[in-house]
Amino acid sequence: MRPFAYFRAEDPADAVARFGPGAMYLGGGTNLVDLMRLGVARPGLLVDVSRLPLDRVGPAAGGGGLLIGAAVRNSDLAAHPLVRERYPMLARAVLSGASGQIRNMATVGGNLLQRTRCAYFQDVSMPCNKRAPGSGCPAIAGDHENLAIIGHSAGAGGSACVATHPSDMAVALTALDARVHVTGAAGDRVIPMPGLHRLPGAEPDRDTVLEAGDLITAVELPPPPPGRSLYRKVRERASFAFALVSAAALLDVAGDGTTRGCKLALGGVAHAPWRAYTAERAVAGLPATASAFSAAADAELAQARPLPGNAHKVALARGLITAVLEELSR
Amino acid sequence: MTAPEAGDQVHTATVTLTVNGESRALEVDTRTSLLDLLREHLGLTGSKKGCDHGQCGACTVLIGGRRANACLALAVAHDGAEVTTVEGLADGDALHPLQDAFIRYDAFQCGYCTPGQLCSAAGMLTEGGPSAVTADLTGDPALTPGEIRERMSGNLCRCGAYVNIVRAVTAVSTAGTEP
Repeated sequence: MRPFAYFRAEDPADAVARFGPGAMYLGGGTNLVDLMRLGVARPGLLVDVSRLPLDRVGPAAGGGGLLIGAAVRNSDLAAHPLVRERYPMLARAVLSGASGQIRNMATVGGNLLQRTRCAYFQDVSMPCNKRAPGSGCPAIAGDHENLAIIGHSAGAGGSACVATHPSDMAVALTALDARVHVTGAAGDRVIPMPGLHRLPGAEPDRDTVLEAGDLITAVELPPPPPGRSLYRKVRERASFAFALVSAAALLDVAGDGTTRGCKLALGGVAHAPWRAYTAERAVAGLPATASAFSAAADAELAQARPLPGNAHKVALARGLITAVLEELSR
Repeated sequence: MTAPEAGDQVHTATVTLTVNGESRALEVDTRTSLLDLLREHLGLTGSKKGCDHGQCGACTVLIGGRRANACLALAVAHDGAEVTTVEGLADGDALHPLQDAFIRYDAFQCGYCTPGQLCSAAGMLTEGGPSAVTADLTGDPALTPGEIRERMSGNLCRCGAYVNIVRAVTAVSTAGTEP
């Protein structure tokens, strides 16, 4: 691990002021400390933001929503009564991620900014366009069973990347139209989700639209939309594993049995949590039936470009979308 | 830990911790994990280094009463914290109820994961709230074997003692014993 200087910030302005070349913010450290140990992250300065006064969950200004501080621990977020009652999809997503120990340590801001678990990204002896731009992507000809099936840049040569975003929480936030509050050298701004995370395009080294020194201070949820919601995660073992495919889904069925509203996001399939707008539009106004849901899944997944070793994830995603919407329609 | 690079200056910091009720102040390299501080600097080798990546749970300790992976915790970031390791669970010669139950229910074989299992279970029993397998999110579910398995999933046991670990934790949980 490269030696680093350490500074504990007292407030967000203090943290931003201290940030400079070679610096990184430290939250719970559950991903960053591991990446530093692996040599993937090599900060010369850690600005510790885990004790900033951003550890509250409470009503958002302007009515009905919820404001979640960026330093709230994942376990505290999932256990919060307002989250459990009003945003069950979010509580379920957080509870399905990692382990009890890691959820106790991990922060909301850090969860959003965790890096892909692609094995090549985490192995500094291998090329990786995300870690070392232009060096190549061995995953495309190698082990990519659990990597992206949609929105990737596999054909882009020096910027090819098929990494997936590993967060469960971010998938629920993407379905819930969360807004991410950011402060930085240029002042404060709000970034909608989807919109924080980006597809690899020509810059796979950039996971998000944040600029150097930007600090997430909070996540704001709009009032819960009408309908029932759930989060379902398909994985290789029953607990403490990343998603092969996951779905955060909300469905509002009208009295006549037609779909009045639907919000759907997928995890484990792309470089960013994938908001399934195509499927949402496809079910709108139609009878809330399995055939409508599977047709919507097909419409969404028409954009998929699976690699030779992960075509099964397209089938998984299709089955998952159909199953969760069916369950919500009952 | 790889060697420092040319031109990289090693940074140190003073870290004060309360470990098993005793205040300890040490000057450490900022790269020192809480696990290495406990094992290498304080000689508390009960907490084990299994994977050093947060995947196995052998290093689990309680920080401020909450279970955490000591391998992923930078000591410097936990300055001022109260840490309980497996060495701090017993009350003198009186075993912690979980330690007693692990013996009675034969909940370990090689024992390497056991300190982490014990600390994790001790933290888990005070956490409450729902888990990923809880049907009703709004209540505090009973700690059924299914709930215990889900809540203890951050602790791996390569001997496969899981069945009896669940029995031991269940015994303490249903006895209502404060961990």
